[in-house]
This record gives sequence, structure tokens and C-alpha cells, in this order.
Amino acid sequence: MKAWKLGLIAAGLTTSLVTAAHAQTVKIGLLLPLSGPAASLGDQMDKAVQLYMKMHDKELPPGVKVEIIKRDTTGPNPDVAKRLVTELVTRDRVDIIAGVVFTPNAHAIAPVATEAKKPFIIMNAGTSVTTTLSPYIVRFSFTLWQASYPMGGWAAKNNIKRAYTTVADYGPGHDAEAAFTKGFTDAGGQIVGSIRMPLQNPDFVPFMQRVKDAKPDALFVFVPAGRQATALMKAYSDLGLPQERIRLIGPGDITTDEELPNMGDVPLGVITMHHYSAAATRPANKAFVDAWKKDYGPNSTPSFMSVGAWDGMTAIYHAIREQKGKIDGDKTVALLKGYKIDNSPRGPIMIDPETRDVVQNEYLRRVERVGGNLANIELETIPMVKDPWKEINQKK
Amino acid sequence: MEAVIAAAVSIVFLGLSYAMILYIVSVGLSVTMGLMGFTNLAHGVFAVAGGYVTLTLMNSHGVPFFAALATAFAVVAAASVILERFLYARLYGASELEQVLFTIGLIFMAVAGAQYVWGPFPQRMQLPDYLRGQISLGFRDFPTYRAFMIVVSLALIALLWFGVERTSFGAQVRAAVDNRRMAQSLGINTGRLFTLTFALGSGLAALGGGLGAEILAIHPAYPIEHLVYFLIVVAVGGLGSLRGPFIAAVLLGVGDTAFKYLVPEFGAFFIYAAMIAVLLWRPAGLFGRG
Repeated sequence: MKAWKLGLIAAGLTTSLVTAAHAQTVKIGLLLPLSGPAASLGDQMDKAVQLYMKMHDKELPPGVKVEIIKRDTTGPNPDVAKRLVTELVTRDRVDIIAGVVFTPNAHAIAPVATEAKKPFIIMNAGTSVTTTLSPYIVRFSFTLWQASYPMGGWAAKNNIKRAYTTVADYGPGHDAEAAFTKGFTDAGGQIVGSIRMPLQNPDFVPFMQRVKDAKPDALFVFVPAGRQATALMKAYSDLGLPQERIRLIGPGDITTDEELPNMGDVPLGVITMHHYSAAATRPANKAFVDAWKKDYGPNSTPSFMSVGAWDGMTAIYHAIREQKGKIDGDKTVALLKGYKIDNSPRGPIMIDPETRDVVQNEYLRRVERVGGNLANIELETIPMVKDPWKEINQKK
Repeated sequence: MEAVIAAAVSIVFLGLSYAMILYIVSVGLSVTMGLMGFTNLAHGVFAVAGGYVTLTLMNSHGVPFFAALATAFAVVAAASVILERFLYARLYGASELEQVLFTIGLIFMAVAGAQYVWGPFPQRMQLPDYLRGQISLGFRDFPTYRAFMIVVSLALIALLWFGVERTSFGAQVRAAVDNRRMAQSLGINTGRLFTLTFALGSGLAALGGGLGAEILAIHPAYPIEHLVYFLIVVAVGGLGSLRGPFIAAVLLGVGDTAFKYLVPEFGAFFIYAAMIAVLLWRPAGLFGRG
């Protein structure tokens, strides 16, 4: 009785040892919203991860495999994110935590990553303070400050004296509001009003009416990328704010490439600051967009979230190669400090060794019609912007 | 003073346009819940289905807006008859918990199905040119589309009222709501009546989904995202009445808009605070029979 049990265990052990020697599997826990209202955002990142793996699997060391374990956060639900990441770490024994669209989820995951000593590759969530919450966080996306702070400076220098800000009432919205206000007022502009709008908001018209009555030169907006931006854009146009010469400006979230077709002609001429446009003509971006369209069809367009996921995967593959498939949390973070990607679709990027946050170009873009479709055309480049919030507040 | 009046007019106008969509979508829910005593949380599914039919016809087949809306009404009403006969009818006698679980399950299936067929992104809504832009009423400009929505919705509501208050079909429905057994013993075929009412309610929801697509974007999670608003309208208005949800929708639409305009910091609270206040005062809703 006992003998055969021991025999079984022994047999099991040997087979597992043998397979371990032959094939090293790196498990990546990918947390994304795959159902619910934010499913389209998770889908954009998931597609980038799949595409990257398909195109780069041969660059892995011999015998090393990457396994993605996907978990659905269903939206901005920190409690769900925390439960899922705990399961990923304790039950699935993942080596790396990655993904995350929403800041609240990233904040719920951070302490788990610290405790488990697992590298946490953030592919989207862009609130400045996030990277300070765990020494295992490395961010490959952006911060709201990176775009909104220079946007404020640009506005003040381009005939905008009085601006109104309307942002979604959550972490990134507050960041965008603070960053724009600081950049704008430091350069001599005046904020005539600011509104924080509920995150779940079906109708933007009342807010737009309020802005219209205040008659500012420009309206600075941040809402989460996706259909909220479309709804806001429609309200802006419905109420005739363009005719009142109230210019619409903001971070690139409000004119994402994949939402532009839903917005009609409203966004024509809207000026945004952002780190990625699918219409950019860099060779690395063209190759990326071509590969994307080849796999996902001509009507699918990668977004900044796809690029965040893509670059995050580039970094993960780099870490796997350097460690020959045996992932150590601290070593991985050390490897990624100061890590540079020269040929990202968004241009050169680097991980700031001090803050583990991304350093990248910001592009000033205008929405224009290109071959019948709207696109974000890059006009000016502000090279290698470090997160201004960390610079101003001396945070690490 | 002039500015105050102008602001008040804007609030009422914009609030009404929002209220109309809420009402058109919710009224069917109120009637089916009141008539059949069936807790149909999946009502938003019919609205989003109407939106999908409307926009698919417009975007892919070049069908004009009005024809697409009419088709959406017919298609969704017909489809709902099938659902009612084969699925809903089996749960008429079941407990509320079972009905809630069943319809929630239906929502999840519909969401997943819509995502599979149409993808996760919202559908493109391109209004015909004559509905875009603004119309001026002398002292202030109003968005054309919203003005149109108010007019169409009021016409629909008038038609609905006429149908329920002045026709034999309406009299039968009212009789069945008031006392189902008595209606049956008078020879009214309540089974058929239920099916027809259910189809009408679902068709109206489909119209609301298509008409309102410019404001409430058509995407897979629509039935979940807006469920709370539809339920609030019905709960505040009271089950089984036409008037109740109308007053509730106007109250909530205009109130919501007013608060968001006047005190944007508290904009999100009004609708819930109003609901709690009304339900404390009248637990069965404004016009409900408690």
C-alpha cells in the first residue's frame, strides 16, 4: 500500500524533474478587463501580447517557453484584481505579473507583487504615484503628467489665455487636471473653471453647457480612452462649442486611433499631446501596424494600450533571455532599470533607473483627414520626457 | 436674470431629451413587470438589440435612419415573442429569485453573444445630416438631434397612451393588470395578451435603443451598464403604469442634468438621492399600487 504510493510519488518527481530540465516554462499572469464595458481595452492589449509572442517566440533561449495565464479583472475593480493576482501568485505560481488597464487595480496588485517579490510590468495604468507603491513595478506605458503638463505649456504659448478643465473623477483624471493646471498657469495661463465628472457618466451635455456658458478659449478634457471620449466629443459638438471658438485639447486618450472612426467629423482639428499615434510614419511603427493589420484585419488598429503591452512584452522577453528562463524578481527589476528600447513603435523609450517609470517622446498631434479616415498627425516632438510629477515632487 | 432663464431653459431642454430615452426604454419594463409580475432584468438586451439592428442596417446596408428604426422595432418585437413563448413563459409562476437569476443569465449570454458578433467596440452612429448641428429658437441654440428626440418621443408616448387608454386592446391590458383572474373569467385570452404586450414593450425598448444610440452608445455591455437607470425609472415611477415611469424619467432626467450643470461636484449623487427619497416616501413608487 505504502510502497506503491511512494513509487508513484517517486515516478512523478522524476518525470517532473526530467521535463524541467528540458523545458523551462516562464509563466506570466496577465490581468486585463476581458468582459464588461472595458473589454475593448483589454482586447487591444491582449492582441498585442499574442502578436508579440507569435512574432518573437523564436528569440527565446532553447527549451524556454512562455505561458500566458489570462485573468479577467472585468473593469476598475481593485478587490477583484487583488483576488486574481493572489491566486496567480499562490496557485498558478506565475513568474511575472503584467497587464492592468486601470490605476485602482494596479494599486491593489502592488502590495501583492512586493510580498511575492514578483516583477510587475505595468502596460497601461498611468497615474504618477503608482510606481512608488512597489519596488517591483516597472512601467512601460505613460503617466498622465507626461502628456498633460507639456500640453499646458503649449496651450499658454499658443493664444489660449483662459482654459476650462473637465476630467473624469478618479486618479488619472486628477493627475491630468493637476498636470495641465500646473503647466498652463506656470506659463501664464488662467484656469476659469474645473469640473470633475463621475467616472460612469452616460450624458456629458450638462457639463458641456456649463463650459459653454463660461466662454473659455479652450477646454482641456481627460476621460478614459474609449466610448466615453466619443460621447463627450458628441456633446461638445451638439452644444455648438466649436462655433463658440472653444478649442478642445487634452492628452491623447480623447482621440485614440481606434475610437476616431466613431466620432464623425467632430474631432477634426482637435489638438492632443500623446506618446503614440498609429498614424506615425516611423519605420518601426509602420512595421508594427502592418503586422497588426495582417493578423487582425484592415479595420483593426492598434492603440497606445497595444503599444504599452507590446513594449512590456519586449522587456519581458529581454529579461527571460538574460536569465535563461529562470526568472528572479529582484534580478529582473535590476535588468530593466535603465533598459532601452530604440525601435519601439512610439520611438525610443527608456526605463528611468531611479523611478522604474518610462521615459519617452511626447508628440503634439492634430486630428486630420488622411485618405478618407481621421488620424492623429504628429506635428512636434518633445524628446524623452521624464514623468514631471516625480521631477517636481522629487519622488522615486 | 436673462442668463438665469437661459440656463433654466437649457437644463429643462437637455434634461427632457435624456428623460425621453430613459422613458422609451423603461416603459416596456414597467408594463411587463406590472402586468405579468415578471422581473425581467434582461430588458436592456432588447434595447441594445434594437440599437444593433438599427446601426447595422444604417452602416452596412445604407438603410435610412427611420426605416432602420422601424425594422428594429419589428425584428426585436418578433424575436421577443419567440423568447417569451419558449423561455419566459416557463418561469411565469416561478419565484422572483428564479426570474432574476434567469434574466441575469440572459444578460450575460447576450453580452457575450454581442461581443462575439460585433466585437467589443461601440457601433458607429452617424446621424443623417438634417439631424446634426443646431437649431436656433431665437434666444438660444439647441442641438437638433435632441430636439428631434423629444418630438419623436412625445409622439410615441401620445400614441402609447391612446393605445392603452382608448382602445379595446388597452382596456384588456388594464383589466389584466388590475385583476388577472377576473379578466380571464371574462374571456380575455391573457396568455396571448401577455405575448403581445411583451412584444410591444420589447419593440419600444428597441426603438429607444436605436433612437438613443447617439447618447447611449451601442456596445456589448449596454444592458448591464444602464440597467440601474432603467430600474430606477421603473422603481420610482411605480410598476404597471404608463404615467409613473414618465414622471419619474422627467424628474430624474431633468434633475440629473440640473445638478450636473449647477453643482457638478455632486452631479453623480442626485439620481440616487432622489430615488431613496421617493421610495422612503412612497415605497411602491410614485404611481405604484403598493
